[in-house]
Amino acid sequence: MRLSWFNTISLTLGFAFLYLPMVILVIYSFNESKLVTVWAGFSTKWYGELLKNEEFLDAAWVTIRVAAMSSTLATVLGTLAAYVLVRAGRFAGRTLFSGMIYAPLVMPEVITGLSLLLLFIGLDIDRGVMTIVLAHTTFSMCYVSVVVSSRLASFDTSLEEAALDLGASPFTAFFLVTLPIIAPAVIAGWLLAFTLSLDDLVIASFTTGPSATTLPIKIFSAVRLGVSPEINALSTLMIVVVTVGVIVASLVTKRAAVARAREELAVERS
Amino acid sequence: MSQPVFAPWEVPEAEPLIRFESVSKTFGEFTAIDALSLDIFEREFFALLGPSGCGKTTMMRILAGFEAPTSGRILLDGQDIAPVPPNKRAVNMMFQSYALFPHLSVWDNIAFGLRREGMARDLLAARVDEMLRLTRLEKFARRKPHQISGGQKQRVALARSLAKAPKLLLLDEPLGALDKKLRQETQFELMDIQEKTGTTFVIVTHDQEEAMTVASRVAVMDEGKLIQVDTPDRIYEAPNSVYVADFIGNVNIIQCVVSPDDEDSRVRLEWGDGRTPLWAQGEFGAGRRLSLAIRPEKIQVSRRKPDGVANAVYGEIVDIAYLGNISTFHVRLRDGKMLKAQIANTRRISRRSFSWEDHVWLSWSDTAGILLER
Repeated sequence: MRLSWFNTISLTLGFAFLYLPMVILVIYSFNESKLVTVWAGFSTKWYGELLKNEEFLDAAWVTIRVAAMSSTLATVLGTLAAYVLVRAGRFAGRTLFSGMIYAPLVMPEVITGLSLLLLFIGLDIDRGVMTIVLAHTTFSMCYVSVVVSSRLASFDTSLEEAALDLGASPFTAFFLVTLPIIAPAVIAGWLLAFTLSLDDLVIASFTTGPSATTLPIKIFSAVRLGVSPEINALSTLMIVVVTVGVIVASLVTKRAAVARAREELAVERS
Repeated sequence: MSQPVFAPWEVPEAEPLIRFESVSKTFGEFTAIDALSLDIFEREFFALLGPSGCGKTTMMRILAGFEAPTSGRILLDGQDIAPVPPNKRAVNMMFQSYALFPHLSVWDNIAFGLRREGMARDLLAARVDEMLRLTRLEKFARRKPHQISGGQKQRVALARSLAKAPKLLLLDEPLGALDKKLRQETQFELMDIQEKTGTTFVIVTHDQEEAMTVASRVAVMDEGKLIQVDTPDRIYEAPNSVYVADFIGNVNIIQCVVSPDDEDSRVRLEWGDGRTPLWAQGEFGAGRRLSLAIRPEKIQVSRRKPDGVANAVYGEIVDIAYLGNISTFHVRLRDGKMLKAQIANTRRISRRSFSWEDHVWLSWSDTAGILLER
């Protein structure tokens, strides 16, 4: 299909608007010069510098730990929530419950962050890695729940009934039948939660303490003292990690369907 | 040598395997099953037949334990099964969608139920292999469900539900997803397997031919009630109501009134002004309004009026449905009433005896039809 000139231009402008800033950042991360706005030839030295920077490495380690823990917790809670909402049928307050689970999707981050901060202060919890983990779990859980419940909605309930019929307890039926079948959606949800946690600045800055600085916080505070090529390099790496995460998440969901369709086609042909 | 006839339902002291005691099931305002009582005996192949929404699937789901009856009791081997959850019942079900576990191989699908029992490894393997042999699936043991055909999936589902040697096997529209030819082959396979394993089968279907083919007894259901429970030939030849006669196969229904002058065991029926009265077997008082049900294949078609036949009417052929083995003639009588007659095509097509617009005589004996209450 050929695109008309109008479509071509709108497509170009749209993508330029979305990605030009990032492309410039990536290009300047390979700049030889220390000045961010002056191009002085290609170099990867800032990536080398980055690896020697203890502070950045510490922040990266904190970020990954937070992301891994919060996404795992969010996946467990989100999957359970999705399961209940899809399976429990109509119960009193179901609409309210599903609304409340999805509300964080549209809740301003500042408000989520502030309310969590007040909660932690009120409960007198020392802020640090654990508080960020809890905070990230609360907002990424709803994303997991959305992904998993859309998979569960198309899940043939007679599979679970068959498992029960063959002597499995409801608990065994969930782990041996339901979970393996919805696994791609659960994994996709985990990856989504992981990337969301990686790049969150607002909620993390509300709920962090002196002991735990995540990468986005580190970058934000470093930029206030002036943008360095090192920050560009770091940001490029984060873009790479997040992009890979999102791509893998969508591939995992699609691959299962595509593979099955192809094999079914092969069976029909034979 | 002929075998003794299998008919435990005619033995008064026989203990049923399943007993429904005025079971009802309502969903809100809707009554799915209405005070239904029924006995099903061991080794029976029992068919629940009816249009969609008649409650047959609900009955099956109650037996499997996925629904609880609103009132009444169900006894399995004399034990009330209400408090037994589905995973503890000696009842297995074959699902309409087959419900094969897509992430497990054919072998593991069949082994699923046995593993839940904690069966020893070598016994389990032997049992699964036995099931694979029974359903002729040995070659496909390592395949996943999406790598086999519809007919093979159906056999896996059957093998899986039979693996635990249940007292009762429930089959929910088991052949619905297969094409006609495969369905007919599979019907005989099912009967064969039922006989070999000696399991009691309860099958739900809306396909009357299927029910007639496989079942030892058929229950015709409508709106949550059993209309007739009988052997296939009794259901066909001696339906107890117009509903059953009409639901099973093709039938001509003639509205008529019993006239006063009857002979012994035979009544004369008026069925419209100016029409020659009809004769049919039965004893009814004069003036009773009845329906005479006659199967099209019980009606003869001839060019000349046959002699010595109880009933003969004259009409014109308006339509012929040629089905290969049989032809159905739609004949319009002089006053517009339509009757269907069926003729087996025993000779090849070269010379057809009757054609459109031919005037013919339709005749039948006084035992051909059955008189039913309106």
